[in-house]
Amino acid sequence: MTNLHPLFQVLIMAAVIAFTRFLPFIAFPEGRKRPAVITYLGSVLPYAIIGMLVVYCFKGVSVFQYPYGLPELIAAAFVVGMHVWLRNTLISVFGGVAVYMLLVQLVF
Amino acid sequence: MTKRTFRRAFKDSLPIMAGYLALGIGYGVLLQSKGYSFWWAILMSVTMFAGSGQYAGVDFMASGASLLTTAFMTLIINCRHFFYGVSLLDKYRGTGVFKPYLIFGLTDETYSITATVKLDDTIDAKKYYFFLTALNHSYWITGCVLGAVLGMFLPFSSEGIDFAMTALFIVIMVEQWLDSKEHLPALLGVGTTVLCLIIFGAEYFIVPALAFIAAELMIFRKKLDKTTEEAKADD
Repeated sequence: MTNLHPLFQVLIMAAVIAFTRFLPFIAFPEGRKRPAVITYLGSVLPYAIIGMLVVYCFKGVSVFQYPYGLPELIAAAFVVGMHVWLRNTLISVFGGVAVYMLLVQLVF
Repeated sequence: MTKRTFRRAFKDSLPIMAGYLALGIGYGVLLQSKGYSFWWAILMSVTMFAGSGQYAGVDFMASGASLLTTAFMTLIINCRHFFYGVSLLDKYRGTGVFKPYLIFGLTDETYSITATVKLDDTIDAKKYYFFLTALNHSYWITGCVLGAVLGMFLPFSSEGIDFAMTALFIVIMVEQWLDSKEHLPALLGVGTTVLCLIIFGAEYFIVPALAFIAAELMIFRKKLDKTTEEAKADD
């Protein structure tokens, strides 16, 4: 039996992503003025949403059970530290993943 | 002129080539580790063309999330693209037949170049945007497929590789933090979401968090809005 669910998921994700990209061009056709509140939200919402998504990534971590979220905490601190230091996305992401994989596979 | 335009687009795309190949490979390996072959890497990188969206997508597929949840979460993760589009309305005006593809391929990285690039008269702007978008797309597809193939021969366990998505979002946040003097929106985003996670639980916290964040941003509009004359006049 072939499971079609993932295929439908991919198609829906592709449609939603395209929707988020096309919507401004449809909602504000060439020459139409956009409302000030949209410009305002565009300047602040991306910061708030990324903050929300970072928390979302940790939603499965149990703080009160071994290993108390320590691998996540250590790896996240490593990513922040590396990025503030070198500001190189690849080093920060791959270094963080390597640290996390070592921690969950060998330490905890 | 076309040749010159292509050369310029290629040169500007080189930093993105490095990033996309590496992030794409990481993505392909992750996809493979969850049991999805490189056909999925091709399908997803061609049709979605979104780093964070695709990383999160693997999670939705592996956990068998419902179509509604998948659609809703994808909408939240990618709604920032809406605002990229808003700020490119003028630049992408009059790009004719290229326009639908330019909009389709408006990733964070492509945006970071098209939003800031200054082109002189020797460059055909609409072809430049097209070449840049298409080159970036081709790097991304190549990276994703390479990763999915490499993932089949990985000599060690890939447990924990899901952390790539977390690391990517943290990097974006640090980048935003260092680039901005105003940290209230980021702090509201984190604080509100943590509270909602505690109150509503891991299953249901996203919708209330999003609603509260939007409400808070409207409450703080006078303090935070530096974009409009209207807000300045109110001060």
